[in-house]
Amino acid sequence: MSLSPAAVKELQRILGPQGLVTTPEGRLVYECDMHTLYKGMPDAVALPTRTEQVQAVVDLCRRERVPVVPRGSGTGLIGGAMAPRGGVMVSLNRMDRILDIDLANRCATVQPGLINLWLTRAVSDRGYFFAPDPSSQMVSSIGGNVATNAGGPHCLKYGITTNHVLGLEMVTGRGELVRLGGKAMDRPGYDLTGAAVGSEGTFGLVTAITVRLLHAPEAVKTVLASFATIGEASETVSDIIAAGMIPAALEMLDAVIIRAINAGIGAGYPDRAGAVLLIELDGPTAEVEVQGERCAALCRRHRALEVRVAHDEAERALLWKGRKEAAGAVGRLTSSYLLQDAVVPRSKLPQIMREMETIAARHGVLIANVFHAGDGNLHPLICYDDRKPEELARAVRANEELLHACIELGGSVTGEHGVGVDKAENLTLQYSEADLNFMYRLRRVFDPDGIMNPGKLLPSHPACAEGFRPSRPVLPTGAWI
Amino acid sequence: MSVARLGAFTAPDLPSLEGIRACVHCGICLPQCPTYRVLGEEMDSPRGRIYLMRAAAEERLEPTEAFARHMDLCLGCRACESACPAGVPFGALLEATRFQLARRGLSSEPRLLTRLIFAVFPHPGRMGLLLGALRLYQRSGLQRLVRASGLLRLAPRLAAMEALLPLVPPREPLPELIPARGGRRGRLGLLTGCVQRHLYPQVNRDTARLLSLAGWDVIVPREQGCCGALDLHGGRLGAFRRRARALAAQFAGDLDYVVTSAAGCGSAMKEYGHWLPEAAEVGALARRVRDVSQVLVDADLPLGRLETSVTYHDACHLAHGQKLRNEPRALLARVPGLRLVPLADSELCCGSAGVYNLVEPEMAERLLDMKISRILATGARVVAAANPGCLLQIAKGCRARGLDIEVVHPVELVARALPA
Ligand code: SF4
Ligand code: SF4
Repeated sequence: MSLSPAAVKELQRILGPQGLVTTPEGRLVYECDMHTLYKGMPDAVALPTRTEQVQAVVDLCRRERVPVVPRGSGTGLIGGAMAPRGGVMVSLNRMDRILDIDLANRCATVQPGLINLWLTRAVSDRGYFFAPDPSSQMVSSIGGNVATNAGGPHCLKYGITTNHVLGLEMVTGRGELVRLGGKAMDRPGYDLTGAAVGSEGTFGLVTAITVRLLHAPEAVKTVLASFATIGEASETVSDIIAAGMIPAALEMLDAVIIRAINAGIGAGYPDRAGAVLLIELDGPTAEVEVQGERCAALCRRHRALEVRVAHDEAERALLWKGRKEAAGAVGRLTSSYLLQDAVVPRSKLPQIMREMETIAARHGVLIANVFHAGDGNLHPLICYDDRKPEELARAVRANEELLHACIELGGSVTGEHGVGVDKAENLTLQYSEADLNFMYRLRRVFDPDGIMNPGKLLPSHPACAEGFRPSRPVLPTGAWI
Repeated sequence: MSVARLGAFTAPDLPSLEGIRACVHCGICLPQCPTYRVLGEEMDSPRGRIYLMRAAAEERLEPTEAFARHMDLCLGCRACESACPAGVPFGALLEATRFQLARRGLSSEPRLLTRLIFAVFPHPGRMGLLLGALRLYQRSGLQRLVRASGLLRLAPRLAAMEALLPLVPPREPLPELIPARGGRRGRLGLLTGCVQRHLYPQVNRDTARLLSLAGWDVIVPREQGCCGALDLHGGRLGAFRRRARALAAQFAGDLDYVVTSAAGCGSAMKEYGHWLPEAAEVGALARRVRDVSQVLVDADLPLGRLETSVTYHDACHLAHGQKLRNEPRALLARVPGLRLVPLADSELCCGSAGVYNLVEPEMAERLLDMKISRILATGARVVAAANPGCLLQIAKGCRARGLDIEVVHPVELVARALPA
């Protein structure tokens, strides 16, 4: 245990008798987030209820040089909320209050542990909502959404978390309490809020978040279109986007995932289809009607087997429940899976889906697909049995190949889940050494001692576990080639 | 097929490995779990509890006192099961795990009180005697004396029990046959329930009256025993199985249904098949069990007006255990004039959970607090709940806070709408 007994005592003093978990049973359940492949038990779990406690914990960890690992609801998919090097996990889920609702300025300030959906619930009767809607929104915390810059089905139209965060209060890795941004949209100076959103706890621990609230649209129409093949569905997606429409959400589900959802949630998806598109349109009633007709026509042009409109809120809610709980429902098919989050330019969707089939066949793995087709953000779930190392190895190879294929098509390694430990090494595929070095230096500004969520977000360098990637000597231009 | 061991667990009645492994760690269950809502720590969440079971099954962890504590603190409300998209059978996993722990003598339940409870509650005869004594205690002025003396502060769990008791009503057994009135539809057995029979006899009376009006002959076996729900939830599978067999013998095989208005009993009985797969007559009974709301929801009933605002609390063993959410609401909504006001977090456990409120008074009290504040927010002066445990718990909460709120079983409200 890297925490000294004196440090544990001090933590207990800071957090009170109910605020610190040190039993083996307790620490064990905090050893992983939803990506259960990555396990790392913290030496202690702090459960603060106040900002001063958070600050005191960071101070102590800085003095003791032990890692600080933030956690919200533990629903992340990248191994972000686990402690590969031990240390103190700071679980912020008890800080879950709404501090301020300011409808005149269309914003709210909340504590990081507040569950995403609870914010919308608190303002929906007044006609407002919080737009970022990751599939885990019924349980994931807004702090976690900020840390990973989470997306969600509706970010196609509304943008991702960073587009909805106006300001942050954060305890940095130096132990300072700083305020970044604020209620006003236009802020003088550096956009540090933008830099901190998506920093996965490597800059510090966020203790309060000011977010935008949006006015709920006048009308919403949810269309379900089923197709015989993924190819036809993919082409429909390309055409809808090419026609200049921006649906609020445009999701694709394949036959495997439909089976899991119908079994797990009874959401009533057409079970004989090869692929289903869930298309949601929102806005002024007249516009939604027209777009609905156009979408339906495009679906039919691509030989849709059925085009159906959810006729009431209950049906719509059930379809979305099915979609949002899909990653859980896959537990009906397999005990473990790797969940990829790569992105391709949406025009390349038909191509990558074909390639995926080849990769799955080559490695003999079952891949279930449910994803944000509208922005080309794939979520193949590559199933494996965690008791069979050989199966895991095949799943890992398929996963890597798929990722490379996406990058080759001009895509990105992550769309919305974040980097964590899962994608850290993959960043070299996408960023140059100069890019990465710059990010390392930025990280050090907030966290000079390298205690904040170490091992996550940036690739480690062979020479030093973490820190600057020493640049290679610059070659004179034209020295070679 | 029988495996002798599963990591730290030993046969018989191993927790299902398949069930444990179905959990994909998504966390969707967390906000639905009462203990996680109150404590905010994952060892006391469904996902955490399953993870601990899994660690024991994979020999990463020996079940310890601390392990048992996290299982004990679980209410067995099965809200997690309703929330889970992966189909983790949490209730069955918990019961099997508790059985394992009980066999190892690992349970931090205060044993004396628990033993006392189990020595009395499931025995209709002993329960009657105890309640007779309590009636005397309440009516002789002794209760006032004891409460004033401060004696109860010395024994918090006894105090919990004392505070829970409503005014014990006089005994009024139902006749063994209540014949159908109006168009006859068939024959039903009525399970009256150990606690309900003594503390809420009017619920059974109203249930029988409504069923007979709906055209059913209602058979009430005089010697019916206990359904075993409390044993099942406490992990005493042996006692539970004995009671299930005995009960199956009490209800004739030719009854169309066996009806109960106690959700906890109905839920346990519906699970008989899982725990006694080889006992055909027990399985047959399980298949015929219905909650009263299922039978009455579309029955022909001569209902008059009842002008009142009611809010409805979902008993865990009805909503999560039996997946009955619409039926009781629809039954209430049939009463002309009755306005059903939605209750926030209506599916969050009130803290009653069998004998939980007696053995874990602190957690139970915190949940009750949440429940009462949400009930108050509805503005309704009447709360309906379809389980005697919830009725006791919520009524206690209202009493303790001096609230003028009536706590009733839905059938009582429906019966009030009948012509005199
Ligand atoms: S049964 Fe209830 S208390 Fe127990 S883990 Fe599930 S939701 Fe939580
Ligand atoms: S919802 Fe089900 S699969 Fe998800 S964590 Fe809870 S028990 Fe596991």
